[in-house]
Amino acid sequence: MSINDAAATNPIYQLVPWIILLPAIGVLFNMLLGNFLSELIVGLVACLASASSFVVSVLMANALANDPQAVRVHLMDWISVGNLNVDWNFRVDTLSVLMMLVVSGVGTLIHIYATGYMHHDVRHQGDRRRYTRFFVFFNLFIVAMMVLVSADNYLMLFVGWEGVGLCSYLLIGFWFEKGEQGLGNAKAAKKAFVVNRVGDFGLLLALFFIFWWFGSFDFDVVMNNAADADPIVLTAITLFMLLGVTGKSAQLPLHVWLPDAMAGPTPVSALIHAATMVTAGVYLIARSAALYMSIPQVQSIVIVIGAATALFAAMIAVGQNDIKKVLAYSTISQLGFMIVAVGLGAFSAGMFHLVTHAFFKALLFLAAGSVILGMKSGSAHDHQPEANHSDTIDPQDMRNMGGLRKQMPVTFWVYLIGGLSLAGIPPLAGFFSKDEILSAAGSRSTLLLGVLLAATFLTAFYIARQVLLVFFGTPRSEDASQAKESSLIITFPLIILAILSVVAGILNSPGNHTLDDWLESSIPQNLTVEFMLPIAIISLFIILTGLLLGWTMYGRKSEPSSSTVDPLSGMLGSLYGGLKHAWWVDELYHAVFVRPYQILARFLAQTIDLALLDGIINGLAQFIGKSSRFFARLQNGYVRTYVLTLFVGMTLIVTYLVFQ
Amino acid sequence: MPLSFYLGLSLIMFVLGALGVLLRHNAIVIFMSLELMFNAANLAFIAFSAYHQVVTGQLFVFFVMAVAASEVAVGLALIVVIFRTKRTINIDQLNTLKG
Repeated sequence: MSINDAAATNPIYQLVPWIILLPAIGVLFNMLLGNFLSELIVGLVACLASASSFVVSVLMANALANDPQAVRVHLMDWISVGNLNVDWNFRVDTLSVLMMLVVSGVGTLIHIYATGYMHHDVRHQGDRRRYTRFFVFFNLFIVAMMVLVSADNYLMLFVGWEGVGLCSYLLIGFWFEKGEQGLGNAKAAKKAFVVNRVGDFGLLLALFFIFWWFGSFDFDVVMNNAADADPIVLTAITLFMLLGVTGKSAQLPLHVWLPDAMAGPTPVSALIHAATMVTAGVYLIARSAALYMSIPQVQSIVIVIGAATALFAAMIAVGQNDIKKVLAYSTISQLGFMIVAVGLGAFSAGMFHLVTHAFFKALLFLAAGSVILGMKSGSAHDHQPEANHSDTIDPQDMRNMGGLRKQMPVTFWVYLIGGLSLAGIPPLAGFFSKDEILSAAGSRSTLLLGVLLAATFLTAFYIARQVLLVFFGTPRSEDASQAKESSLIITFPLIILAILSVVAGILNSPGNHTLDDWLESSIPQNLTVEFMLPIAIISLFIILTGLLLGWTMYGRKSEPSSSTVDPLSGMLGSLYGGLKHAWWVDELYHAVFVRPYQILARFLAQTIDLALLDGIINGLAQFIGKSSRFFARLQNGYVRTYVLTLFVGMTLIVTYLVFQ
Repeated sequence: MPLSFYLGLSLIMFVLGALGVLLRHNAIVIFMSLELMFNAANLAFIAFSAYHQVVTGQLFVFFVMAVAASEVAVGLALIVVIFRTKRTINIDQLNTLKG
């Protein structure tokens, strides 16, 4: 992997810092002036900041299309201490530009959607400063994500990595006053932050190892010397890095934060927790391809984690009733597919699925947000005279929905497209990308293929269940029957994303290796996957079975009651409880990690700190105070006492001198 | 006369002075007692000076007298001021400066 400095090549590359600076200007503008300006201007500035970043990314892609050679653009020196020299360098190569396009492109669409979505939020909540705050955080996320993907060294990547974590925290907790007992959302944000810290700790250790062994953080230095490195050090680096990946990309065992992250507004779930931030782990492994390719054992671990997550999360998604929770577990499952792909060395297959997933999962989330808005508008319309009643119905619970196909036709069609793309129906994008991963898995081991096919089956089943529960049948609540289609500003990005979800398969369709060729210069180790007709047919058969099973179970006319028992619970019995409660992983972690930690913290706070340490400090202070109060009494103001003391002292001293 | 006579007188004067400082309440009397102690010291200086035939002791007496005189000047001035504000020079009533 060689790299050119920008000055020697196309001057257009000098523009690359603007992918960060433009959104940063948006952040500053809205932060300083946003509260004095109208919603329209705030939203427009935020969208423009993101869109202009997209334009710069397109320029970069265009320049790379002519000459795929990676380019380094030096912005400034950053850290220079002893042997450590880290510069603020941008890396423009096919991999980073692909990520830039996804982040800013999907990001812009979601920004547009959010201007409409958050408008409704402001109507519901009152305080209009929320609107500004939301877009400041949103643009800040684009900044951080762009730093992450455009970094030329691991330390700069880490800055972006932490930045997106921060924005994720801020946006999950955006409605911090809501949730269980008014604390639920704040707790969800805290959980995401803490779980991510566990992963970041791993990534940080990996960085220390990298600097210790390679003496540099630069991708080029690390990758070019990876082949000669000590396998033990490489194993440590890759495993610790994998811990970081499991944290950020919500893989087992650190997947627990993502479902809770659904507490944030829906555009946040779409942008951060489906399309971009959670794929950072996949990007990191693809970026560190040379490291992972030199340690096959670690690759196997990556594959095992990915496959286990794909199946595990898909199972849980089947048992969820919250429309966003289903999509959250679906995201975890699909990220598992990507991790499997990059673990197999099929980096372009993983990146392909990353791109198509960004389209169809962002689409699904945004459409789910549109459904939620529809339910809310139905509730507002329905219960205006007696306002309190509407609070009892959860607008995100699929059991309260049904029949929305008629009320919300646009949302229904885009949701259907997104769902079928997720399930993997040809010729939608999801089919090609998933099929590539399945082919790669099939050439590795049958067991792996079996696990992924099982996950594929469940994917088809849960998305069929969701679509049928939400859009088909008859409305199961008054809110659903009164739901209205969302406005154009909401549906427009949905339509664009739906088109992308249909056509994105062209990128790497069978016999067409556009994406493989595109990534060739960035990841020479890439394993190109050939289309395998048997696997495609088997997977298609399995997907159709899943959809059909979903149809037979949920497709019948459901009675208009929100207390209808899920037909699955009758079939699976106690197993269904496990699905519904996500296999009690949260409860397990709570008992194994959180409780002992709280007990330890309480012990340290109350026994060690309050009792022991404070006791010593306060005791000392009291001793000094009491003794000085005693000695202060000697200074009584009577001069003759002082004189007597003086005489006695002098006498004692003289006596000592005489008789010594 | 032997040296011990002078030293004995010096001792008596010093003890009388010390007792005066310790026991009397009147600031002026305390001052006079202090002078007595100075002079006891002076007498001891002179006696030793004559006994050892060294002139240094006599020289030192002049220093002590000069310092004592200036000290009295300052001290009496202070006593006058104190009397003006407190209407008393009883040393035991000047006890407000305490811990």
